[in-house]
Amino acid sequence: MSDIKIRNVYKIFGGKTQKALELAKSGIDKAEILRQSGASVGLNDVSLDIPSGEIFVIMGLSGSGKSTLVRHINRLIEPTAGEIYHGETNIVGLNRKELRAFRMHKVSMVFQSFGLEPHRTVLQNATYGLRVRGTPREEADKVGLDWIRTVGLEGYQHKYPAELSGGMKQRVGLARALAAGTDLVLMDEAFSALDPLIRADMQDQLLQLQTNLHKTIVFITHDLEEALHIGNRIAILKDGKVVQTGTPDEILNHPADDYVARFVKGRNRAYA
Amino acid sequence: MFPEGLSISIRRPVNHSIEVLVADYGHIFRAISDFILQLLLAIESVLRGAPWWAIIIVFVGLAYWGSRRVGLSVTVGGLMFAVGMLGLWDQTMQTLALMLMATLLSILIGVPIGILTAKSKGMRLVTLPVLDVMQTMPSFVYLIPALMLFGLGKVPAVLATIIYSVPPLIRLTDLGIRQVNHEVVEAVTAFGGSPTRILFKTEMPLALPTIMAGLNQTIMMALSMVVVASMIGARGLGETVLNGIQTLDVGKGLEAGLGIVILAVVLDRITQSFGKAQGGE
Repeated sequence: MSDIKIRNVYKIFGGKTQKALELAKSGIDKAEILRQSGASVGLNDVSLDIPSGEIFVIMGLSGSGKSTLVRHINRLIEPTAGEIYHGETNIVGLNRKELRAFRMHKVSMVFQSFGLEPHRTVLQNATYGLRVRGTPREEADKVGLDWIRTVGLEGYQHKYPAELSGGMKQRVGLARALAAGTDLVLMDEAFSALDPLIRADMQDQLLQLQTNLHKTIVFITHDLEEALHIGNRIAILKDGKVVQTGTPDEILNHPADDYVARFVKGRNRAYA
Repeated sequence: MFPEGLSISIRRPVNHSIEVLVADYGHIFRAISDFILQLLLAIESVLRGAPWWAIIIVFVGLAYWGSRRVGLSVTVGGLMFAVGMLGLWDQTMQTLALMLMATLLSILIGVPIGILTAKSKGMRLVTLPVLDVMQTMPSFVYLIPALMLFGLGKVPAVLATIIYSVPPLIRLTDLGIRQVNHEVVEAVTAFGGSPTRILFKTEMPLALPTIMAGLNQTIMMALSMVVVASMIGARGLGETVLNGIQTLDVGKGLEAGLGIVILAVVLDRITQSFGKAQGGE
């Protein structure tokens, strides 16, 4: 149902946008486009199919465009060209009001540095999505408390984010996304700012939740281990282009090119 | 010498347009002037009519409410008492009324302009140079047309004070809004928050400590205008200073000067404590 189809999406930052777009479409590389038009290519002809009910990992190094790409799905960033479908809806074609309704009801997001409102309590943060939608406070609080309990923060609902550790903050971020009750959850380097141990806990918790929830999760990471651990499917991004898409197994055993092979090599050696 | 053929003067057109303003639109300015005057007189009559101890209690209460510190609150009360002992109570209340009026109008003007400046690039391009002009243009230059438009008295004093003192509030409102954590704004946007909701429920509360710092600066700058304001007919501490200067009565001038400093310190501490209290959460 809630599958996402990304079709030929380009994102150009700054400079002579149209010229850069033409150049990118004719297959000229990033550095040359920057030299000729002063524009930086964020995404270059990205097409992806994200099936519903799975954790789809988009992996790449910093600057590969992965955070830019995930922000196209809820249009925090507007594409320069291309289309993005959620089911039958073309997200790029939504007007402001429709876009807001889409964000309210269909998609939620977890951020790398949490993005919690420091002047609101854990509970108020967790129920933000519901309150924006107009859910009455009592009802929203009930749902919010349930999720706060599920992510293991019972008793902290009246604390402020500043009183919590990083891992706890991200649990609030997760509770906020899940309380919104959307089928689609975007997670932008959600666990990257956490300590290794807490990170592993959160990964396991996410997998465990997913066995009951079957949400469509788009998970961004720069960490191969994380991608292999939680991803049902992985797409690897380099310089704004998709280099390979496949299951963890396919990525490990049949790397599409040298770049992916180098990524995977360290891992294979470690497990040899 | 600079060649004389290249010189232009904006004196004549400026003078002409001011004359036209006065002659043709005088009634509009009179209406604005009346409104401000009525409000100012109301504030003044409250402050001057209230018993001195009630005013001191309000000051101490505000200081304690903002800071939760007994020492600071007692100091504020003591300073206000000292003003009374210097025989400057009535003048201080007049000056305070002027300050409150100027501050109130500064908030009404400054905060919305600051928000627009933060939100729109075009607005920024216009606002920032205008603010530079407002802060550097000698106040006497705009006092003269203000006098012609509004007549002598309290109203042009309020307006001159606002022109000089509103820029820091605009600048810091702008800064405060732009400094709100980008990811927090992104998050509330991603969950479908409307622009109005994001502004009033997320950006404004988070920018409040910075906005309060701007308000504090606005009040300080307004106080530094009281002597100039009294030259065009505002009563109060500035008038006493001016009187002291004109009669070479150094002691009298110093007393009133101290009164201004005390009022500045008291208002500074109170507004600062509110800024911090909000920021602490």
